[in-house]
Order: sequence, then structure tokens, then C-alpha cells
Amino acid sequence: MRRYKHLSDVQRLMWEPEQVRNIGIVAHIDHGKTTLTDSLVAASGIISFEHAGEQLFTDFLELEQQRGITIQTAAVSLAHKYEDKEYIINLLDTPGHVDFSGDVTRALRAIDGVIVVVDAVEGVMVQTETVLRQALRERARPVLFINKVDRLIQELKLTPEKMQERFIKIITKFNELLRRYAPKELAKEWTVNVEDGSVAFGSAKQKWALSSTQMRKKNITFKDIIEMCQSGKQDELAKRSPLYEVVLDMVVRHLPNPKEAQAKRIPHIWRGDPSSPLGESMLSCDPKGPICMMITDIIVDEQAGVVATGRVFSGTLEKGKMVHLIGANRDARIQQVGVYMGPDRVMVDKAPAGNIAAIIGMKEASVGETIVEAGTEGAGFEELRYVSEPVVTVAVEPKDYKELPNLVNELRKISREDPNVHVKIDEETGEYLISGMGELHLEIVQHRLKEAGLEVKTSEPIVVYREGIRGRAGPVEGKSPNKHNRFYISVEPLEPEVVKAIDEGKIYDKQDKKERARMLRELGWETHAARNVICIEGANIFTDVSKGVQYMREVEEYATEAFKMAMREGPLMREPCRGIKVMITDAMLHEDAVHRGPAQVIPAVRRAIHAAMLMANPIVLEPLLKIEVRVPQEFMSGATHVIQGRRGRIGSIEAEEDIAIMKASIPVADSFGLAADMRSQTEGRAIWGTEFDRFEPVPEQLARVAIKRTRERKGLKPEPPKPEDLIER
Amino acid sequence: MLIFIGLGLQEKGISLAGVEEARSADFVYAELYTSLVPGLRVRNLEQLIGKTIKVLDRETVEQAPDEILEAAKNHKVAFLCPGDPMVATTHIDLRLRAEKAGIRTRVIHGASVMSAVAGATGLQSYKFGRSATIPFPDIPSETPYHALLENAERDLHTLLLLDIRAEENRALTANEAMDIMLGLESKLRRGVFTPETLAVVVARVDSPDSVVRADRVRELRWEGFGQPPHVLVVPGKLHFLEAEALHVLAGAPKEVVESA
Repeated sequence: MRRYKHLSDVQRLMWEPEQVRNIGIVAHIDHGKTTLTDSLVAASGIISFEHAGEQLFTDFLELEQQRGITIQTAAVSLAHKYEDKEYIINLLDTPGHVDFSGDVTRALRAIDGVIVVVDAVEGVMVQTETVLRQALRERARPVLFINKVDRLIQELKLTPEKMQERFIKIITKFNELLRRYAPKELAKEWTVNVEDGSVAFGSAKQKWALSSTQMRKKNITFKDIIEMCQSGKQDELAKRSPLYEVVLDMVVRHLPNPKEAQAKRIPHIWRGDPSSPLGESMLSCDPKGPICMMITDIIVDEQAGVVATGRVFSGTLEKGKMVHLIGANRDARIQQVGVYMGPDRVMVDKAPAGNIAAIIGMKEASVGETIVEAGTEGAGFEELRYVSEPVVTVAVEPKDYKELPNLVNELRKISREDPNVHVKIDEETGEYLISGMGELHLEIVQHRLKEAGLEVKTSEPIVVYREGIRGRAGPVEGKSPNKHNRFYISVEPLEPEVVKAIDEGKIYDKQDKKERARMLRELGWETHAARNVICIEGANIFTDVSKGVQYMREVEEYATEAFKMAMREGPLMREPCRGIKVMITDAMLHEDAVHRGPAQVIPAVRRAIHAAMLMANPIVLEPLLKIEVRVPQEFMSGATHVIQGRRGRIGSIEAEEDIAIMKASIPVADSFGLAADMRSQTEGRAIWGTEFDRFEPVPEQLARVAIKRTRERKGLKPEPPKPEDLIER
Repeated sequence: MLIFIGLGLQEKGISLAGVEEARSADFVYAELYTSLVPGLRVRNLEQLIGKTIKVLDRETVEQAPDEILEAAKNHKVAFLCPGDPMVATTHIDLRLRAEKAGIRTRVIHGASVMSAVAGATGLQSYKFGRSATIPFPDIPSETPYHALLENAERDLHTLLLLDIRAEENRALTANEAMDIMLGLESKLRRGVFTPETLAVVVARVDSPDSVVRADRVRELRWEGFGQPPHVLVVPGKLHFLEAEALHVLAGAPKEVVESA
């Protein structure tokens, strides 16, 4: 048991950036991230050492315990001594399931390094690749922890040589990914290897770990490890070479401190000018500079209210200070400041740059928000790049209609805490629709409702389609209801490279106009169209290519509103649009402002956009999942059968010893209930992971059925409108 | 046959010609959303012309005027509008549609604020420039300010109409309009609408209780003008008779109109 750190010690350390580390732990599902977190926290003296493996206390929700996966991001602070110096390690707990990768991305921006946990038995899996890629994109430096080595020994009975071979294979694969995804100038420096101790292995559950440095220091051989594991002496191993010591030594030695990290990361993760006063203060992690903090997590606490946790990049959070919320464009006062001690939040007077801290009671805050000192000029962090888009919806209704207001409240709370949950009321049917990243994600939302004491009925999961176009059309004339204003609209498919750039967050709505125009020109756009982009909604762009139209600037806002509405609910079946380039080519407007208000402009533009889309060979796009299945060779045909029976396409099948690794893709529409099917076809021997892959056109026959069904579900007449229904010829 | 008949500016504003045409019509429609006519009661009007009047909302007139057009094909249809039917409205579209469908049309004009304001203030109608409507602040527009600026540069008077929302029973008051214009001034800073600017407020023009007041904006802002409709006029360069009229008819202090 280690010495419990006093709040005063922690507060002192917070002011020494060289002695601070902000890190996260990422892993494929069930590779042991939560167990590792708990063992580390336990070692920090907050919960009992012996019970760490079972306690799983970063998994707040009961459900998470049942499933053994982590959902919410919560911060934990650890104290650690390395070479006679005290360190404070802020650990942001990042979720491990792909359904929640939005949370992962957000957390990664707030930390400087990650421990990537890989199961020694399963090796590098599909989500290992995803989370590593995300970490590298946010320039968080990785180290590798190979977990569940005890299973390797006890279940697979590997010899010391075979064991080392397995480690080398995992490390090689890991470094391969690192070379592929890391920023070029960093790939070499960040490569992990056994010799310098940037790789450790062990058992998070049994609380022991080793690295080559530690093996030399403590004189432990692979043979010793195998013997101790086999003779049930892992306790002894945990005493000789405790997990926390090895892993936290690795963190302190190999992961950068905030001062070092911010100097390199800020120009890449922050949109502002690094040579501005705020920029310079961030580059040097200056606690005396103006405040800049990024919010990564919001929890609505029954007692404390809104708790906004995030990374302080510059300045010092202090009770009573006025700050400006860039996204919300509002000022607010800091009521209370908190930091984490182990898993507990404690109130402090101040929290300086380079730390993870919480602002309590700021109702205006939302996840992804950038907070700066009031009166400071400065940009926000880049719009967060989510890799996943909501693809599944369920309709919920309370069993007892008197509970409706509670349901609405609870849903609002959930969507505030998890921005990947979208809640919408269907005006026609009165249903509450919850959209999320996958079947499991929505099951968890439902569970939370139940926990809040709400009995709800839910529909079968419904696929969220996208509406696209194959051709181009226009200019189509849209007239305002009073007929005194005319807009001319053309549509065409966005170039795939542009869609990709939007998906990756390289091109976005609130971007600097010049910067965006430059990128669009590089992707082949004409200068005029690139410069005059008015709005980006989803993966769709609205640009004004008209020239010299009088009063255009006064109606632009209403035209934008019309564009957003048109893109959120497409013409075929009111599903979101994707990959549409909408252009205003010309317009004629009434002289007087009251005859060209929103009531006139919005319907004119919206109908013209939809009519043009209907004339441009409209298509339905459906979400596809990437799936990777590992299954013993003899059950291969069963797994293949499951995939092919669900309109799946098999990309590759590789063999690794007697395990077949199949990579495939299947439509979300055919993925519901896959788990049960896969289990029965492979006698439960298959391990698999899925995540969102891409959108693809639905075959025409199926598209017609999808349109009809979706329209009927939404209470619309089964046939989509024709262009002439929307505009007068 | 489709006849547009102006209702003028008050309950007794319809012309004798208008009354006669309405009496002899087979169907009578009215719209009351383009302006407010103080004192007007549909029931009284119905008694006057001896016909039921069907009052239409904006949506029907603009988007589904088929009923009017269909009736006008074989019958005489009267369409009553506040003020003068083709001034500061968008009814020209309806008239064109009718003509294109082979329906004959006529307009019986009524009094309009566009001319009445000259009479009420003594400002010469020859010297008015572009007019503009000041919309409610939730749909902001810089157009009124630009119209004023252009007119001021050419020494012309500017008539500023004030937005109404009949469906919400709301109308902008001259006081709100002055605040909006001062807001635009602080944003655009061309000095054409400051607290020192001479302005004229005309309320319920043509009604027995109409009000005409001229003074600097800083004074007018705090005065009450009674029920809408109001309009706001910003005079350009004043002819000596105009200056005298503003003093005598609109109570403008002498030194103010003499310096304008």
C-alpha cells in the first residue's frame, strides 16, 4: 500500500509542469483497459490494493460492470514517485467500445500520451488500430502495454521462446501501424521497443508487470515468470514487480510533460494563431497567461449541477474569474474549480495550465467548448473530428404517458452528457427518436432510462439512411410565396475527396474562409465557388456563385437556414443528405426588406434545392460496418455463412496459426442480431469487433423498399414527391 | 372580372366608386394583413356594401389564390385591400396571374400613406426619395439605413414604413423604429440617424385622432404617439415653407427646423 497523497501535495505538484503527465489508456474492447486503470488507481492509495481487479470503479454504471466495458469518460489523478521525484499523473479514462468513439477523440485532444493496451492472446485488433490512429492524429504519444500475459502462460502454455516471439509479433504490428499513421516527423522517435522500456507486459488483473529495464534491474527472467504463473505465485510476482511501478515509470519516462507536449502539439490541435499572446502562452504552458481550457466531458451531477471537465492549456482557473465561451459566444463566471484526487473531485482555489481540472456550475458549457479568459482574442480548438456518425435510431415511448415529461428531461440530460446521442421528436408521429452510433450504444441509453426509473417501450432499431445524388441539375428556379423573389439553384455531387475532407474535419463550417478556400481550390474547386462557401451542414456544401445580386447579403442568413433544413431532411424520405454541393447561381430580390423576409426566402430556397436534387438522379445511401472476425479454422465456414447471409462482403481472410482472421463489411440494416447468429454458427468460438465504415449506395430494388418503409414510418405518403410538386414551371 | 379596391387609411376611406363596385360584385374578398386601417370593422363594411366579405390570410392570397381566380373567371369579384391596392403590397402578382388566365382586372385606388404623409407633414411630395420598411428586430435589415443614406446624400426626404404582423396582432411603433435606426447608426456610422437628427412621426394618418410630431430624435424617442399604425419620416434639406409647416403643423421647435 502506498502513501496517500494529501491535497496540498497534489496542489503543489500541479504548478510544476515537468512533474505532470496527462495521459489516457486506450484499447480494443475487453483487452483490459479498465482493469489496468483500477490497478493503477489502487496503487495510488485510494482504493484497496487487493480488490482493484474486481472493483472496476471507473465503470460507474452498473451496466458497464455487467458488460465489463467502460462508457463514460472520467478523470482520475495519480501520484507516483520515480527516481526520487514526485509526479502527478492525470488519467482521462477513455471509453473502449467503438460505439463511443466520439468520446475517445475528444479525450485524446486533452492528453499528451496514451498507454495502448493489447491483449497478449488476441493481439492487435481492429479497434486497437482505430484508437491508435485517433491518438496519433491528435499527436498523443503512445507506449505499449501487453496485457493478460498470465493467460498466455496458463491457457496456451507457451515456452519462453514462443512467448517472446508473440511479443515481438505484437510490437512489430504496433510499430507498423505507428509508421502508417503517425505524423512523418515523429514516427521514428515514437517507435516503441523493448530495449528502452517503452513496452511493458504483464497482467493488469494480477497486478504485476515487467519491462526489459525492470527485468534487468530486478533480475527476473521469462522462465521465472512462467514458473511463478504456473505455480500460483502471481502474488509474489506482484510484490516483486508491481504493475503500477512498471507502467507509471514507463509513463513518466516516455510520455511528454505538458510543457514539452504543448510546445509541439498546440500548432496542430488549436485553430488560433500560435504567435498571438494567447498562442504563446499556450505554447509555453504559462499559468500566468490568459486562461484557455478545452472541455472534454460534461456530467450533470444531482448535487453540483453541471461539471465540465477538461484540459487547462494556459492561464489558471480561479473562482470568480470571468471567462468567454467561444462556441456559445457568451461570457460566464467561474463559480467553483475542482481537480481530481483519485476518482474523487475535490474543490480547490486554483488550477494552473497543464492540468486536467473541472469547472463546476457553468450551465453554458458544452462538450468540445473552448473557454478563454474574458476579453481575450482567440480561436477555439478545431471542431472535434468525429470518426463516427449516428447510424441507428430507436423510437421510445413511456409505458405510462404521465411519465412523458420525465422521459423528455432524462433524454435531454443524456444527450447533453453524450453528444453522440441525438434526440428528436417526430412532429407527425409524436415519437421520441434516439439516434446513436450502434445497437449497443442505444441499448445503453435505454438502460440509463431504466436506471432513472422510467419504464419505456422501444421500437426495433431503425437504420439511418442518407440521401445523395448521382447527377447534376439546375439552375432550378425557386419562387418565394409572394412571387417577388426568385432564386436559381444548381446541385451536383460533391467530389469524394471533398466529402472525405469534411468527414475528417479538415474542411468545416466555422473554418477560416481563406484557409477553406485554399483547401477547396487544391481539391479542384473554382476560385469563386471556393471563396463563397456560405455553410457546411453534414457532408454538404452551400456556395453562392452568383455575382452582383443586390441585397443578397441580407437574405444569406435565411438562404442558409433553408439549406440546413433541406440537408437535414432530404426530399426522398426526410433522411439527412450526404455529398451534395448546392449552388446559388443567381437571384432576384424585392426592393423592400419586409417582402424578402425569412417567410419568403426559406421556402423558395428549400424547395428549389429539393426539386434540383430530385432532378439529379437521387440515390439512397446506407451505413456499412467494418467487421473483423477471428475464429478457429474449423468454424470458418460458419462465420462466412453469417456474413454472406447478411449482404456482407468479405475483403480478406488471413490465417494466423490455427486462427482465421476475416475482414468484411456488412450493411447496418442487416447487422441487428448478428451476435446471436454468430455465436450459434461458430459454437461461440468467434471473437469479433465492428465499427462504422462508410456509406454506400443501396441497390435500386432495395432503395425503393427503404424509401417506402421510411416514408410510411414517418407518416408520409409512400411515394416521394416529384420536382414539379415543389416548384412551379 | 377581378377588381382591386383600396380601403384607404381609415374606416371611411373606401371611395364612392369602390363602394359601388363592391355592391355590384358577385363575391367579395378582403385581405387585412398588409396594413392596419384604424377603426375598420368588417361587419360595418359588410353592411355598407350589403355583401358578406371573406377575409383571406397571407398564405391563401400568396400560395392558393385559386379560389379567387376561379370565381373571377365567370363572375365579378371584388378584392378589398388596405390603403391603395398596388402600393407597398405584393398584389401585382395576383393581378398578372389573373390577366394571364384571361381575366379582366381593374384597380379602384384608395388613399395611401405614401402620398398622405406629404400632406400631413407639409413636406413636398416631389422631394421624397426611396422609401423602405423597417422590419421587426428578429429579421434585421440594413436596407432602411442605406435608403436613408442615399436620400440624405441627395437632400431628399425618406419615408420609413413600419412592419406589421397582422397574424400576431403586432405592429412596430415609431419609438421602436427609432431605436432600431439608432442601432443601425451605431453599427454603420454614417451620421444620418443620430439623436440630433430631425425626424417626423406620423400616427394614424387620415384618422380624426391622427398625430404629427417633428423634433430631434432624442426628444421624439420618449414621446407616446398612441395606437399604430405609425410611420417615420426623416426630412432632407428643407424648403422655407416646409420648415414653417413642420413648426406650425408638427410642433417642431423653430431653431430645430431653421438649422435643418
